[in-house]
Formats: sequence, structure tokens, C-alpha cells
Amino acid sequence: MGSSRHQLLTGWGRTSPSRARVVPASGMGRDSLAALVSRPGTGGVIPRGLGRSYGDAAQCAGGTVLDATGLDHLGSFDPQTGLLTVGAGASLDTLMRTFLPRGWFVPVTPGTRQVSVGGAIAADIHGKNHHGDGSLSAHLRSLTLATPTGIRVLRPGSGPEDPSEDARLFWATAGGMGLTGVILEATMQMLAVETASICVDTERLPDLDSLLAAMASGDERYRYSVAWVDSLARGRHLGRAVLTRGNHARLGQLPPARRRPGEALAFAPATRLEAPPLAPGGLLNRVTVGAFNEAWFRRAPRSREGQIQPVAAFFHPLDGVGGWNRLYGPRGFLQYQFVVPFGAEDVLRLALERCSRSGAASFLTVLKRFGPEAGPLSFPMPGWTLALDLPAGRPSLAPVLDSLDEAVAGAGGRVYLAKDSRLSPDLVGAMYPRLARWRSVRDQADPEGVMQSDMARRLGLVSPPRPAPPPPPLLTEGRSQG
Amino acid sequence: MNDAFSLPQSVLVLGGTSDIARATVRALVARRARTVVLAGRDRRGLEAAAAEAGAAGADRVAVERFEATEVERHCELVQRVFTAHGPIDLVLMAVGVLGDQARDESDPEAAARVITTNFTGPAAALLAVAGQLRAQGQGTLVVLSSVAGERVRRANFVYGASKAGLDGFSQGLGDSLAGSGARVMVVRPGFVRGRMTAGRQPAPFATTPDAVAEAIVEGLARGAETVWVPGGLRAFMALSRHLPRALWRKVPG
Ligand SMILES: Cc1cc2nc3c(=O)[nH]c(=O)nc-3n(C[C@H](O)[C@H](O)[C@H](O)COP(=O)(O)OP(=O)(O)OC[C@H]3O[C@@H](n4cnc5c(N)ncnc54)[C@H](O)[C@@H]3O)c2cc1C
Ligand SMILES: NC(=O)c1ccc[n+]([C@@H]2O[C@H](COP(=O)([O-])OP(=O)(O)OC[C@H]3O[C@@H](n4cnc5c(N)ncnc54)[C@H](OP(=O)(O)O)[C@@H]3O)[C@@H](O)[C@H]2O)c1
Repeated sequence: MGSSRHQLLTGWGRTSPSRARVVPASGMGRDSLAALVSRPGTGGVIPRGLGRSYGDAAQCAGGTVLDATGLDHLGSFDPQTGLLTVGAGASLDTLMRTFLPRGWFVPVTPGTRQVSVGGAIAADIHGKNHHGDGSLSAHLRSLTLATPTGIRVLRPGSGPEDPSEDARLFWATAGGMGLTGVILEATMQMLAVETASICVDTERLPDLDSLLAAMASGDERYRYSVAWVDSLARGRHLGRAVLTRGNHARLGQLPPARRRPGEALAFAPATRLEAPPLAPGGLLNRVTVGAFNEAWFRRAPRSREGQIQPVAAFFHPLDGVGGWNRLYGPRGFLQYQFVVPFGAEDVLRLALERCSRSGAASFLTVLKRFGPEAGPLSFPMPGWTLALDLPAGRPSLAPVLDSLDEAVAGAGGRVYLAKDSRLSPDLVGAMYPRLARWRSVRDQADPEGVMQSDMARRLGLVSPPRPAPPPPPLLTEGRSQG
Repeated sequence: MNDAFSLPQSVLVLGGTSDIARATVRALVARRARTVVLAGRDRRGLEAAAAEAGAAGADRVAVERFEATEVERHCELVQRVFTAHGPIDLVLMAVGVLGDQARDESDPEAAARVITTNFTGPAAALLAVAGQLRAQGQGTLVVLSSVAGERVRRANFVYGASKAGLDGFSQGLGDSLAGSGARVMVVRPGFVRGRMTAGRQPAPFATTPDAVAEAIVEGLARGAETVWVPGGLRAFMALSRHLPRALWRKVPG
């Protein structure tokens, strides 16, 4: 732990910075990791992956942040079954680069490859395939977790309702935002594919009703489905969207020249451009976003079938631009992502209307259909999920989002914690009705409340009593830290 | 914790009976603040302010004794509050007295009291708070300065100079906190209607405690380092700064 240092951290949205001692996990044995979470010093501990959660989930002000990206060993892979055991610090990017050329794809991928396996499990991420395949936890076979009460190997048992202690802790960890302990390693089922391409159908839909109808009737034919919604369109155009859906391309669907194994499975994402480091605030404003949206919508074909796209272009278009989160300027941005059950489509309309009316330009607005629910703190539930990117430095947005929270909770829906940076603690219990159950499982693994994060404190996720912080030294503290 | 709009969940006010502070507490409790600690010297007044915070929706309200001029006690008080109620996401420094310029000019001890109350005492308390915020790794310090400190006027130079001192001190403290997770926001109101200015002729740009409170909430979200209330004062003072001394000294109180 000699290389630990104090650092100011934020999430991907670059809001609410806080300072913590950052301890790299690389080179630490399991025993010292276990010791770190059982005797953390003061102020709590939280693991951090690649910092792609938008808010304060992977921060711990005044405490310790364990940089888990060093736990990146590739354990073992069985090419017969596709079972992969991998260190929690490995990125999905690495997994794709390593296994796609061998004909195996990750079971779930978010909109960026730059997430760690541990972060992906802690958020129980969903992809464009949630309606059919569920979230990441559905593809996990086991987890190794360092809790404050010891290292445990956990299996999902018969599912989220399995009453055994290990299964309960497994399901509390998938979606548990790092608060049950440090995931060291996971075993997951990879997906066999013939090519590194997706066969994509694209459709332009003129309004929300036609979009929802198209998704409700057609999604079952596709493994992947997502709609990009023009968040600035209003009135009868409200909810106009470009719907892209696809399946992994079969070898026979590729042009003959690209069917050789080496080529069909080649994974070569475009090289990264860098966003300017000091983007002025407001580069993404109503006018630029409006122009972009209009162009994007017009550019999309009214309808096109069978387009062959590399996986990187289909899943991770933004990964081509490094540091694009800086485009929102120094005050940063937030993503408002919620899910509401089928039947509560009015809330989608309300969210689009309110955000459009508040003048907050959402650059990326994405709608997906969700399938089954998983563990108690896992985000997805059967229904519609809408995600809006919004600038944070705009005070008038705060009450708009607060009122949307009420509507979402009222409809039986919830906000995604991995994206959250501003939800009120008053509504978490309503949005996550199994929160009390999650807490009791969590508290058993961590009775003294060692695992803490800025998010946990903000939302009151971890029940008191917290360990009383010893009186911190006054005045001279900062200077000695340099 | 402070959220993405820098809205705090726990607040400590030094000068808890201040009109501006009470309005600010109401505004913050209407958003996310649930823990409120009010420190000051007037127990009765503090209790009234505490009742008001409770009625506005705060769950945990506490009052503490704080006499700004007793600098030797500041560290102990601040530490106690942070230990019992921490993390404290926002600390508001609202102590201040206007003094009586005519008296203060001929009574050096009275002048020194104004300066100690407005500058020396608060400065020591700000250092104590800054130490806690550093250890905590996050938090905002909001300091009520004044337009009177931007360019000191002949008509109220004792008050004005004390505010100028506090303003400069707070800016420097803010710079010293860069990278710590803590930050300082300096607020410069013009004439604010309330008990401090009761009986005085409102100056141009006169405003209200509630308007100052809203400007603070806005400034937090914008990540402002300086907030003028009303906002038009920024440009006005930018011009006034260049008025020749011969004219400036005639600007009335
Ligand atoms: C451009 C973009 C697109 C995205 N698209 C999607 C999407 O489509 N679907 C989706 O579900 N999410 C999406 N996300 C969110 C992202 O997948 C999650 O926030 C994920 O948790 C990020 O992983 P990370 O490694 O960066 O974790 P971090 O942000 O570092 O941490 C996130 C959480 O995981 C915990 N954690 C990290 N490592 C460990 C560990 N080893 N053990 C225990 N806990 C740990 C942290 O404590 C924290 O609570 C997107 C994010 C971005 C930036
Ligand atoms: N009102 C204006 O026009 C105006 C304009 C610009 C800036 N400001 C500044 O804004 C701040 C708040 O002012 P306000 O308008 O709200 O006036 P206020 O209601 O008179 O508040 C002043 C506060 O300072 C406290 N105080 C004074 N001396 C103290 C001491 N020795 N120890 C501890 N507390 C002491 C007062 O407590 P008691 O109740 O015990 O007296 C009161 O809480 C002040 O810093 C002021 O200088 C005011």
C-alpha cells in the first residue's frame, strides 16, 4: 500500500468531486485486500473500476477508494463451453479484443467497452439485448467477493429468490454498487458468434406511439434493439426516433471476401480521437444539439435492412471519441435514466416534454425495452427505459428532475443508480422496494458499515451505525498531504 | 453529500439568526438539506430559526453557541459539530455587524470590535472549517461578503474594510483548497432589506434575503466562485472601481 495517494475523483459526468486515499489493488494479494476491507482506517472503503458510472458511486470522500483495475488477470477459458473466469478489473474492451477473434462475445455490453467486469457486475449492467437476455447477472456462474467478514465464493443458486445465504449475497452484489465488498473475480458464460459483425435493420419512426408499437411488436425477432430519440422534437413529432435492431451476423451474411475466419472475426475498433481538453461550457447547447439531431434523423434511412456493421460501430459509437464527456464543459453533465413498467408510457412522454421544455438539450436520448427483473438493487424491470444526457450547471433542471422522479416512482419505476448523481434519498425506498432486504443481507456481510461511498451516503443506502470517525486533525492536515 | 447541482444535505450556519442565513436555510431545506446546525450567540433567536428550519422540513436541527470574537474556541466548536453531525456539506458564514460609522471613527475600540466581528473572528472560524472540509474530502464554504468590500467607501469604511478583508481572505482560502474537494463561494450582496439595514434608506440595487438565498442556490449549481446579488452589481462595480477618488469619496452611505 506504499503507492497509495490522495486524489480528487469524480464519475463520468464530472460532477461532485471528492478527495480520497486511492489504493491500487495491483500487486496486493487476496489477504491484504481482505485486510483492507476489514480494517479500512477511517472514512470507509469503496472499490472503483474504470469510473464510467456517471455520479458518485465509485467515490468515498475522506475515506479509501480501492482502484480495482489492477485485478485484471485472465483466469481461465473453456473453449468448449464458453465459460470465462476473469479478474474483476479487466475491461470489457480487453475481453472483446481477446475473445472475439476466437468466436466468443460478451453476454452483455453497455454503450462503452471501457467498463470493468467488477463495475459491470456492481451495476448489473444491461445492454441492447435486455428484452431477451436479461442483465449481466443472468450470465454469471460465480463471483469471488472480499467482504469485510471474509472472502466468499458465491453462486446464483436458483435465482434472486433463492433463500440460501450465498445466493442472497450473490444477488445483493450484482447491482449492489460495490457496497457488499470487492469483487475479485467472476465466471461468466460468453456467447458464441460466427462473426464480429451485426446484421442491422434501421427504421425511422415519426412519433412516440409508432416507436413504441414497432418495438413492442418487432423486438422479439432481434437480439439487440435500441431507439435513438430526438429529444428536441415536440408536439406531433414528440418521440420521433431512429430504431436500430440487429442480430449477430452469420458467416453466410458477410460478403464472400470477408468470410475467411481471421477476417470474419477481426475486431478492429476505430482509433480514438481526443475531444479538446478545455472545451468551453455550453458547446453542447440547444442550437448545436438541435442541428445534430435534425441531421441524424434525416440521415437515417426511412427503412433499411440487413446492413452489416462491425460490433464496435453498432454498440460503442462514442468510444471512438476519447474524453467526450469534457464536451459539456467544466460543470459536467448527468444522465437521467429511468425505467417504468409497461402501461406507464405517459411517463416517457412527460419526461420528453419536460426536458424539451426546460431547454436542456439532451445530446443522447435512448429508449430500450427491458425484460425480467434480477436482484434487489438491480435496475432493470419489465418496461421501458429512457436515458437522457443533460448539462449539470443548470440549476433550473434540478426541480424538473425531482418532479420526474415523483412520476417515475409513482408509476412503480426507478432511476438507475449507476447513472445517478442527484436522486433524493426520500424516493430510493419506493423505487427499490426490496431495499430493506438488500440492506439486511449487506449488513450481515459488513456489520460495521465499512463499505461506504459518496452515493451510499447521499442516498442513505447503508444503514447506520457508521463507525464514528475519530476527531480528524485540524488545520495542518492538508499541508502534510502536499 | 453534495449532489450534481451542489445541493447539500447537511448545513452548518455560523451566524444562525441572520436574516440572509435563515432565508438560505429555508431554500436549501426546500431542496435536499435535512440536517441543519445553527451556531450563534443569541440562544432565543437561534431556537426560533431552528423551529423555522424544522417547519421547512429539516429532520435534524441543532443549535450551538458561537461568539465570533472568541477565536480561541472556534476549533473546538467546529470539530464538535463535524464529529456529531458530519459530513457537513455546506458551511455558511453569515456573521456580520454594520457598526456605526460616525461613532467608530472616533472610538478606535468600537472600530476594532466591528473589525474583529466581521473579519478576525470569521477568518479564524473559516480556517477551522477548512481543516474539517479537507479531512472530509468534500464540501462548500459560502461566505457572505458585501459589495461594500469591493471598493471601500468613505461613508462606511470601517465596515467596508472589514468586509474587504474577509472577501480577500476567503478568495485566498478558496485557492488554497483547490484539489481538496472543498471549495469557497464568496457572495457579495448589495443593500439587503432586513434587520441589519432597518431604518436606512435603501440603496440602488436593494434586494431581499430570499433573493440572496436563490442566488446562492444558483451559484452552487453553476460552480460559481463569486456571486453578486443582484447580478447587475457585477457590471456596476466594475465601472465604479474606476471612478476617480475625488468623486468616489463623495458617494453617500
Ligand atoms: C458512454 C457510456 C455508456 C453506458 N451505457 C450503459 C448501458 O448501455 N447499460 C448499462 O447498464 N450501463 C451503461 N453505462 C454505465 C456503466 O456500464 C456502469 O456505470 C458501470 O458500472 C461502469 O463500470 P466501471 O468499471 O467504470 O465502474 P465504476 O464507475 O468505477 O464503478 C461503478 C460501481 O461499481 C463498483 N465497482 C467497481 N469495481 C468493483 C469491484 N471490483 N467490486 C465491487 N464493486 C465494484 C463501484 O464501487 C461503483 O459502485 C454506460 C456508461 C457510459 C459512460
Ligand atoms: N443586510 C445587508 O444589507 C447586507 C449586505 C451585504 C452583506 N451582508 C452580510 O450578510 C451577512 C448576514 O447579514 P444579514 O443581512 O442577515 O444581517 P443580520 O440578520 O443582522 O445577521 C448578522 C448575523 O451576525 C451575527 N453576529 C453579529 N455579531 C456576532 C458575534 N460577535 N458573534 C456571533 N454572531 C454575531 C448576528 O447574530 P445575533 O442575532 O446574535 O446578532 C446575526 O446572526 C453579514 O455578514 C452581513 O455583513 C448584509
